[in-house]
Amino acid sequence: MRLSYPSNIKLIQVPCTGRVDILHILKAIEDGADGVYIAGCLEGECHFLTGNFKARRRVNYVKKLLEEMGIEPERVEMYNMSAGDGPRFVEIAKEMTEKIRELGPSPLNVKKAA
Amino acid sequence: MIIADRKPLKEILEMIQDCDRILLVGCKGCVTVCNVGGAKEVGILASALKIARKKDGRPLEVDERTLERQCDPEYVEQIKGVVNSYDAVVSMACGVGPQFLSAAYPNQRFFPAVNTTSFGGAVQHGMWEERCAGCGQCVIHYFGGMCPIARCSKSLLNGPCGGSAGGKCEISKDVDCIWDLIVRKKMEQGKLEDLMDVKPAKSWDTARDGGPRRSVREELVQ
Repeated sequence: MRLSYPSNIKLIQVPCTGRVDILHILKAIEDGADGVYIAGCLEGECHFLTGNFKARRRVNYVKKLLEEMGIEPERVEMYNMSAGDGPRFVEIAKEMTEKIRELGPSPLNVKKAA
Repeated sequence: MIIADRKPLKEILEMIQDCDRILLVGCKGCVTVCNVGGAKEVGILASALKIARKKDGRPLEVDERTLERQCDPEYVEQIKGVVNSYDAVVSMACGVGPQFLSAAYPNQRFFPAVNTTSFGGAVQHGMWEERCAGCGQCVIHYFGGMCPIARCSKSLLNGPCGGSAGGKCEISKDVDCIWDLIVRKKMEQGKLEDLMDVKPAKSWDTARDGGPRRSVREELVQ
């Protein structure tokens, strides 16, 4: 297929999205990521049965935490897609990139006036 | 175990607003089991505090420690060497923890990061409910193994009251009427007559009303 997705996206591979922890997402934000999204398998098709549901719950937790911090919760998202559907992966990568571009850089990366 | 909930982030941030460097101390006891103040939650809160402060342009340095327990001097002692090198210490233990820390280190400030709510247990994964009120005179055996002191909104010993409807308490549709459950269980056991025994007014001397309590095991006191 040789599809290309936006180069600003840094891929971190995990065996299952059930492995993605709240701290993984928070550390990414803390270290300056403008947004984080989790690309899980389609709901009901997790090889480990509930990995993607667990990831969704954790993403929702981080969203609430971001809201408490005064950061747009939309910077963190959960997506579900099939491992066999490359074009959909690219579509979502572009969609998330566009969304973050609209939100602008993470408030952690904006220099405060002295 | 003791059940607690994390305070809102805003409240914690206000407590430490004048600090640049804090120690966040968790506890491996009850608060680890109810997923509010163990090593994992310490990591999450530390990260959240750092993000929030970095966002406001005033970065915060947070060191993390999780003690075996914060309600025992021998474990509290483990932070002796570092405790005074921070602007403040935030404890994620129940209300007991920051008090033991404050007593051990009079020159430091200690802030609670959680609200301690009750004595209870896990009714399902991720959900805890109150089961004991610590009244100091256990009576659950009279009530089919259920505590009306902790689980009846009015702590009635001769219930139910008129607020019981459809098995729920009038305070909320999410709260079971414990007297409904007690009566049903006794009926199922064919022992409803046990409840005919009218319970006299309870003495609250052994509860909080008698003042702060102390338990002594003389064989252990040195």
